[in-house]
Amino acid sequence: MIEERFDAIVVGAGMAGNAAALTLAQRGLKVLQLERGEYSGSKNVQGAILYADMLEKLIPDFREDAPLERHLIEQRFWMMDDNSHTGLHYRSDDFNEEKPNRYTIIRAQFDKWFSKKVQEAGAVVLCETTVTELLQDARGKVIGVRTDRKNGKVGADVVVLAEGVSGLLGTRAGLRSRPDPNKVALAVKEMHFLPQETLEARFNLKGDEGAVIEAVGTISEGMTGMGFIYTNRESISLGIGCLVSDFERTGQTPYGLLEKFKSHPSVRTLIEGSEVKEYAAHLIPEGGYKAIPQLFGDGWVVVGDAAQLNNAVHREGSNLAMTSGRLAAEAIFQIKSRRDPMTRENLALYRKMLEDSFVMKDLKKYRDMPDLLHIRAQNFFLTYPQLVSKAMKDFVRVDGVTKAEKEKATLRSFLAARSLKGIIGDAFNFARAWR
Amino acid sequence: MATQAATRVEDKLYLNRYLVDAGRAHIKVRPHTTPSPQLLALLKLCPARCYEMNSAGQVEIATDGCVECGTCRVVAEPTGDIEWNYPRGGYGVLFKFG
Repeated sequence: MIEERFDAIVVGAGMAGNAAALTLAQRGLKVLQLERGEYSGSKNVQGAILYADMLEKLIPDFREDAPLERHLIEQRFWMMDDNSHTGLHYRSDDFNEEKPNRYTIIRAQFDKWFSKKVQEAGAVVLCETTVTELLQDARGKVIGVRTDRKNGKVGADVVVLAEGVSGLLGTRAGLRSRPDPNKVALAVKEMHFLPQETLEARFNLKGDEGAVIEAVGTISEGMTGMGFIYTNRESISLGIGCLVSDFERTGQTPYGLLEKFKSHPSVRTLIEGSEVKEYAAHLIPEGGYKAIPQLFGDGWVVVGDAAQLNNAVHREGSNLAMTSGRLAAEAIFQIKSRRDPMTRENLALYRKMLEDSFVMKDLKKYRDMPDLLHIRAQNFFLTYPQLVSKAMKDFVRVDGVTKAEKEKATLRSFLAARSLKGIIGDAFNFARAWR
Repeated sequence: MATQAATRVEDKLYLNRYLVDAGRAHIKVRPHTTPSPQLLALLKLCPARCYEMNSAGQVEIATDGCVECGTCRVVAEPTGDIEWNYPRGGYGVLFKFG
């Protein structure tokens, strides 16, 4: 296909792949990036929230021309039962700053822009090309890739695997195992379009301001899961995700769950009259620190979702992807500058740089959280939301029952559902996993 | 109820853009007489309802509406029930928004 050799091949053009390819090209390396979609973004699915800090490190003036939807000034957390939600809202005018910290984006559009920057930096970006296999020499060193193009072999000193959560190539080559069903969530999402004024009125927004709602509770039918509603300029990204193993166990359908979330009285009115223009599904890595596979080897590194780098507690993925892609590229550049070979020993530098960054530090902090939330899903996603909802209803309803009796009834309902020991245990384990 | 759900998913997929690689399904189900628990789970788990049971009680796949999420691979590739590949370059779902 291509006769020439490259310093590096980047497989995939999502957040991690684009960050890696951009950094490598900016440092003057000869880079080939391969993407199976018709353009960067056409296969990429995310909520999506962009964190400015991690992108600024790659493209400092990105606000000038990046396709950004809205900067976020309000965060809502909802704990839902079938007819109600108990909310925690944080809204601040301080987020209306000159350089906002968080934006909603639409990935197909954002990634196309990001890819243009990669090309301008000098990388060769080849789309509509699926990589089918890693080429390895007799000792197992990765020496290039095979694509589905005619005479589709290409060689390089190092391959950056930014192939996304499924991680097909790495699995096939025996570099890591396939993600387990209890370590990935399946999320389904719809794009709901509304006139801009309608959307802004419903969410109490003006100008470029945006709001985010994240919801847990009976909407996930006792499974470990979360619903989300993100405001774009003239559309709403609305979806829900749960662990694949939970779907398997319960026999719930993802689209059934989505429909139920949409018809909830607290959600229905937000999307009323909208025009739905797309339905997408995607896997999200949820295993946290303990699920991170081997990150480097002879002639290869793995970045982003393919490395399961996702902070499920803070719902951060794309910034970990961008940062890991950038750090992998910087490690490769350093090794290359020293004229050293791309061996496992030398590429360990990438792991070290990642350990020193927020990526590994944050994931390490929450290393026990996935097990806690996954094993005790019923308590955290069903029982507590129902109890809280009942307590709130009793608190606000004025019906002649004395306050003392109401409080007693609330306490009794918590104890009956979880027992004092259970509640203390849940609180203790949660605090310990959060610490 | 099941028919209702089926209609709804088809309506959802109708919104999406696809370039179908006719005659080259990227996912294949291993021939079987009785489906495994994993294959049966895919009937409900696949978000695009690509998996259906035929009149003989076997699980079949039609990949035209596949949204390439990889869920079925995670569940049924380890047991050898399915063979999973990405579509050829340029084919498959083409997200407008993603």
